[in-house]
Amino acid sequence: MGLKNRKNNVLPGFTPALGYTIFYLSIIVLIPLSALFFKTATLTWNQFLLAVAAPRVMASYRVTFGASLMAAIINGIFGVLVAWVLVRYRFPGKKLIDALVDLPFALPTAVAGITLASVYAPNGWLGRYLEPHGIKVAFTPLGIMVAMVFIGLPFVVRTVQPVLEELDQEIEEAASCLGASRWQTIYRIIFPTVLPAILTGFALAFARAVGEYGSIIFIAGNMPMVSEITPLLIITKLEQYDYAGATAIATVMLVLSFLMLLSINLLQKWSRRFAE
Amino acid sequence: MHVAKHNNQVKTGESVSEPAWVRCLLITIALGFLALFLLLPLAAVFVQALDKGWEAYLAALHEPDTLSAIWLTLLTATFCVPINLFFGVVAAWAIAKFSFPGKSLLITLIDLPFSVSPVVSGLIYVLIFGLQGWLGPWLQDHDIKIIFAVPGIVLATIFVTFPFVARELIPLMESQGRDEEEAALTLGASGLQTFFRVTFPNIKWGILYGVILCNARAMGEFGAVSVVSGHVRGSTNTIPLQVEILYNEYSYAAAFAVASLLALLALVTLVIKTVAEWKIQQTLSVTESER
Repeated sequence: MGLKNRKNNVLPGFTPALGYTIFYLSIIVLIPLSALFFKTATLTWNQFLLAVAAPRVMASYRVTFGASLMAAIINGIFGVLVAWVLVRYRFPGKKLIDALVDLPFALPTAVAGITLASVYAPNGWLGRYLEPHGIKVAFTPLGIMVAMVFIGLPFVVRTVQPVLEELDQEIEEAASCLGASRWQTIYRIIFPTVLPAILTGFALAFARAVGEYGSIIFIAGNMPMVSEITPLLIITKLEQYDYAGATAIATVMLVLSFLMLLSINLLQKWSRRFAE
Repeated sequence: MHVAKHNNQVKTGESVSEPAWVRCLLITIALGFLALFLLLPLAAVFVQALDKGWEAYLAALHEPDTLSAIWLTLLTATFCVPINLFFGVVAAWAIAKFSFPGKSLLITLIDLPFSVSPVVSGLIYVLIFGLQGWLGPWLQDHDIKIIFAVPGIVLATIFVTFPFVARELIPLMESQGRDEEEAALTLGASGLQTFFRVTFPNIKWGILYGVILCNARAMGEFGAVSVVSGHVRGSTNTIPLQVEILYNEYSYAAAFAVASLLALLALVTLVIKTVAEWKIQQTLSVTESER
């Protein structure tokens, strides 16, 4: 044991570095997060259920998770398309577009929020064409979904791109030599290789959309039971000093985030094994 | 044997690509999707900001409440970025250059703030430092305001920007390995010498990448800051909160004028990020070829 440690850990500074890391991690992340669970633990089981399963709260879960799911699916489909086009084809402005895909990462959520709200508002750039046809985007769950598509856009593209780039064209050529049509090659060779990355990106986009606040509250109608997202409900309860209720709902969201984080990690492990 | 049908003139690579019309269609759809969801909102920010002309734009930015929001945002970023940079470098050193049990658990824990909703991120600090929180009575006795004041905003921002530098440096340093540092040690360098003269040049682009993303998030954070701030104009509003206030009172041109500052920051962030990424790739391929 002594020999093994000495072989691996000869560089100096391990103990202080690790000690500081754990210390800082604890006071900034772990202890505050634990406050959530401790506060929730002060509620009785009945109080907890009342807080997290009330009709208004359940409606917010439906809105939030439903819209996130739809947005993640849209991003899954179009994200793969965008990644494919960026990796396989050449066209003018490709590098610029490639860099711009990361815009939702870099753009502050409030800016995205007011911009999307004004673009899809009844007199907005797009809203004025959609409203006469009965397609109401602003202040409806549809608007929530549109905002979530924006913020989740880079996730699938950026997880699929590296996989597509590493794809060996020789395999496709071999398939073609053996008589496969292009569609068969795509369906049976390319798609299974890319699938883990698509799922990972999908899960990331979904997880991000569920927790998102700033981009959504401007375009959502924020009407309880109809277009109110769960993060907004938490803030509303805070403003009404219902700390226990807010904390209970936040705990539910946190646990779900952890579960999604876990599945994303497992998906990434699967795709790494697949790649080898 | 079934033979695939080809044109007589088969160009190289034609059998591994789609027909031209399919390619055109796919490119059009992809670009159309991106134009709709990316370019349109980006353009809208600037067009709406300049809706009432240049003077109104500049006047909106010189408004006292906006200036103090800009000041608070800069102050917050000045605190958060160096603190999280230091942590990121130290954590990456401990994680990437050593083997120990529980490493992947530690990495997962460091990634936690990424998966937590911004509103929850703010809420947990209210639970500790708020009036009804763990430290609330003690803070009140000593007349220290954290929640609904600047320190709370800084704390919440530190939380949400916590992982950026670390999660960029850890894979980078792991793929660079320990060889160079160990060589430096055998040649007699001390720990700090090794770090500054061997490790740092290798990771400087990774540091830039992490710092620029950390900064973008620190300046743009909305949800978490919204929870811990008192929303008091002129004192506890950051730029994003100021944008919200202006928008909610229908001062659209002013709201977009302030928002355009953040949009410009986003574009600068993207440029620096792209350059840093490219340089990181270069550094990694140099390391690979030296093996």
